[in-house]
Amino acid sequence: MSSAVELAQRGSSHWTLWWHQARAIFRLEIEKNFLSKRSILLYLLALLPIFPLALLAPFTPPGREWQNFNQYSMIFAIYYGGLILRTVTFFGCAWIFMNLFRGEIVDRSLHFYFLSPVRREVLVVGKYVSGLVTSILLFSGATIISMLLLYVPHFYSESVRFFFDGAGLGQLLTYAGITALACVGYGAFFTVVGLFFRNPIIPALVLYGWEWLNFLLPPILKKISVIHYLQSLTPVPVSEGPFAVVAEPTLAWIAVPSLLVVTLVVLIAASYRIRHMEIRYGSD
Amino acid sequence: MSETVKNSEMVIFDDVSKFYGEILGVNRVNLQIAPGITSFVGPNGAGKSTLMNLMTGLLRPTRGKITILGIRPDEPERLFRKVGYCTQFDSFPRGVTGREFVKSFLLVHGYSEKEANELTVTALERVNLVDAADRKVAGYSKGMRQRIRLAQAIAHQPAVMIMDEPLNGLDPMVRAETIALFRKLAEEGLHLIISSHILHEVDMMSDRVVLINNGYIVAEGNIHGVRDEMEEHPMQIFIRCDQPAKLAAQVFQQNHVVEARIHEDRRGLFVKSRDADRFYLLLNKVVAEGEINIETVAPIDDDLSAVYQYLIG
Repeated sequence: MSSAVELAQRGSSHWTLWWHQARAIFRLEIEKNFLSKRSILLYLLALLPIFPLALLAPFTPPGREWQNFNQYSMIFAIYYGGLILRTVTFFGCAWIFMNLFRGEIVDRSLHFYFLSPVRREVLVVGKYVSGLVTSILLFSGATIISMLLLYVPHFYSESVRFFFDGAGLGQLLTYAGITALACVGYGAFFTVVGLFFRNPIIPALVLYGWEWLNFLLPPILKKISVIHYLQSLTPVPVSEGPFAVVAEPTLAWIAVPSLLVVTLVVLIAASYRIRHMEIRYGSD
Repeated sequence: MSETVKNSEMVIFDDVSKFYGEILGVNRVNLQIAPGITSFVGPNGAGKSTLMNLMTGLLRPTRGKITILGIRPDEPERLFRKVGYCTQFDSFPRGVTGREFVKSFLLVHGYSEKEANELTVTALERVNLVDAADRKVAGYSKGMRQRIRLAQAIAHQPAVMIMDEPLNGLDPMVRAETIALFRKLAEEGLHLIISSHILHEVDMMSDRVVLINNGYIVAEGNIHGVRDEMEEHPMQIFIRCDQPAKLAAQVFQQNHVVEARIHEDRRGLFVKSRDADRFYLLLNKVVAEGEINIETVAPIDDDLSAVYQYLIG
């Protein structure tokens, strides 16, 4: 039985070697993402949407909309769009993906990867996938728990019917899927930002503003954003207010592949950048 | 054809320059490094680490070309099968033990768990760090951190080892063991490229030296060969003998001898000669004649410290 290294040295199986290497990088990074001190902030962020709903679980808040089960789809849609998607997932992805490379530059440990016989593209893939798995587990998980916490404690029997016989399960999976897609898109953006900018907070805040102000943008500019495609996929449309510029939502079969293609292009840019990158910690 | 084979066994710098913006890193470096121990010597900021980082692709040359055993540094996937680099960066991934540190990067190489475990143990044994292998690196002393970095760099058994100040922070005992390890690796046919500012140790272990100052290669080669070529600095030799005045009279008849001075205790003679070989021939003749009893002959400035002093100051 030849090892991946021996096979690669004979030039016979690059894919096997790359798979082994990407898996090793993935394991190292996953451990860092979940078990390092930096991950505490991620856990807090993932708990942010869950915590208020857990507090509200024992009693139903006053207000007409809270007494009406039919209103819960809209309540969750607003809660999801404003807090989970635009804030928690956005900043969570920023933290995870910007630290993939920038964090190691700050720690002065990136050179260990650069001094290994790994194609830099494999390094990008291994790190990106680890960030993706981390963010999807945390934020899609937070999405699912939040939705269940909103419905189940207040209208138990209606909720059971909603999730098992009605549209509930579909909505739950769609929201979790949108969060996962957000992680894909924002993840790629922040990976690149972490590679190109010494202080990635500024471009992150610029994107945050752009995404929040998306409802004011003309239709053509709306399409240069992640949130536009994600909103097009939401199962319950939410009004963006009287000042919003109305644009046709992008169809799911266009929105999803578009996001994936843009992500791929951005990751290729990241690979190019990392292939030509120098290690000069002093100047970083 | 033979030239190709030769080049594929060498580390070659071909007119390499590196500028950091307008600041010079190294300039017009031409080097051919054969197997054995080669030391880069020079003051802080001379360009030693820049040369090492260029060799390993951590930096890209502004101009020129580098090949290591025929491989370019911008092909890390091929290069680091054959090269190990122990950098000067005293930093590690957070929270790892010594064993995890070495093993994790072997897994990144593509080795299986079993292979990685075996190679890790071998590397830890080589740097004498087996007992501390399962402690967190963050709790290591400076010398231990140095050794675990060394273990990580040699774990995949490379053909070329590049080490930036590898003796820094080591206590004398470990230092001697490490130098012995370097010698052993060199005898096994490895290239060892080392930077150091501890001149007597470099002198002791190196097959050749590269003296660097302000980004330029000042001299390179076997240390005695370099010394012989420094005609503007005649070689100083001390001869312990019973009749220094008589010996002085004889040596002054040679035109390559520029100075002869009798030692304070009047039992020795300092000589400065522009041609050490001819001077030693003369001494052989004196000994053969038997009129002067010569006890010892010792070159005073035929070592790296003297060369460094003359060339770099």
